[in-house]
Amino acid sequence: MLTKRIIPCLDVDAGRVVKGVSFLELRDAGDPAELAAFYDQQGGDELVFLDITASSDSRDTIVDVVQRVSDQVFIPLTVGGGIRSVEDVRRMLKAGADKVGMNTAAVSDPKLVKDGAAAFGNQCIVVAIDAKRVGSHHVGSPHTSTDLALDEGSKWQVYTRGGRTPTGIDAVKWATRAVELGAGEILLTSMDEDGQRTGYDLELTSTISETVPVPVIASGGAGELDHLYQALDQGKADAVLAASIFHFGTFTITQAKDYLKQKGVHVRPTYVAPE
Amino acid sequence: MKLVVIDYESGNLRSVSRALESHGVAPLVTDDSSNFDDADAMVLPGVGSGPAAMDALRQRKLIDPIKNFIASGRPFLGVCLGLQLLMDCTEEGDEACLGVVKGSAKHLPSGLKVPHMGWNSVRFQHQHPVLDGIPQDSYFYFVHSYYASPEDPAGISGTTEYGISFCSIYAKDNLIATQFHPEKSGPVGLRFYKNFVSLAST
Repeated sequence: MLTKRIIPCLDVDAGRVVKGVSFLELRDAGDPAELAAFYDQQGGDELVFLDITASSDSRDTIVDVVQRVSDQVFIPLTVGGGIRSVEDVRRMLKAGADKVGMNTAAVSDPKLVKDGAAAFGNQCIVVAIDAKRVGSHHVGSPHTSTDLALDEGSKWQVYTRGGRTPTGIDAVKWATRAVELGAGEILLTSMDEDGQRTGYDLELTSTISETVPVPVIASGGAGELDHLYQALDQGKADAVLAASIFHFGTFTITQAKDYLKQKGVHVRPTYVAPE
Repeated sequence: MKLVVIDYESGNLRSVSRALESHGVAPLVTDDSSNFDDADAMVLPGVGSGPAAMDALRQRKLIDPIKNFIASGRPFLGVCLGLQLLMDCTEEGDEACLGVVKGSAKHLPSGLKVPHMGWNSVRFQHQHPVLDGIPQDSYFYFVHSYYASPEDPAGISGTTEYGISFCSIYAKDNLIATQFHPEKSGPVGLRFYKNFVSLAST
């Protein structure tokens, strides 16, 4: 039976893992390769690297990071952040990434999703969506493709540029379009819940997961192990992404899997190598 | 040992190479069939679309050399698309494939999330040296929308459930192919490569 996936996400700035990763076991908690191996041993099912490098001079360092990690860790790697062209996708895949995440570039240039999928297959194109509940807050300028625009029934708006820019696009419509264009997976982050540690946005997650025919990774809001369970159960997610609950050592991935297993969720058991 | 990995711009070849290297083999990653004559073993990786992969193999004039290599009895490993391409044809674009194994590649049933993506277990149907030391029902990493459906059950060494039960390992004599990615399946996948390298060295 297909198992639900637990995916730690690492932010990388100029080749170093940032955002308060602290483990006594590690010699160098900023080293992406060492952290990747650590999560692999704990039973992480995949790894996501998010390149948050601001300076263009240091942009190429992510290629080196992907190479070093994929030389040592034999589980799937997704790389996101700063992907703007089919050539960027090719570079990441060549460096050892299995999937490439696109967020802002996919919204501003949907052809990139289409061309990337045509060139390398849908399975390697992950469209990342940052969604925020539509409320009294500012609604972005109407998007040019009006069929994706927010309407009275819209519940979540798509934001780009690291959550800074509202787009006026309905998140559910965009998810559907992204899959039509060639996305093989959706990485869905609730901006309302991200960093709150009070649980994933279950309504958002289940709505998108039941709408699109491809796997959905839930992200944003994990603070307790039960939140992971809720995202997979009520949220109908195929995978859960988490950063801080693992990085700060609050829980290990092994603990998360034990908890989920006891709740009746199918997770991959940790493999013990023969001899 | 000379082991060739076929390079036709299809996905992440680096992990395949590194997995082989971790067992002491430096593979030759190539699209030049003149390297096949004295090769001891071959790996055909592949992700993405079947028809595009067949086009890429055709353009590089690799189709007959690959078939000849398999017919010679030397160890061959197809990975993911590399299993589907062994069939006579694929439903994906109604394309003719290599025709090494009787059968076709079919689309996964509707009503399920496709691609089938993630870790799933494999039930071994009969033993083959490439499975040595790997426990029954081990988990491997899958990502695919089509699956191989060989006519002759004798080669179906492993099956996996996803809406249906499909062939996830084909292993018959020198011909081995997996629907999953052993190079992305952690220690259990590395063991699979180790077994393949052992076969290639004997």
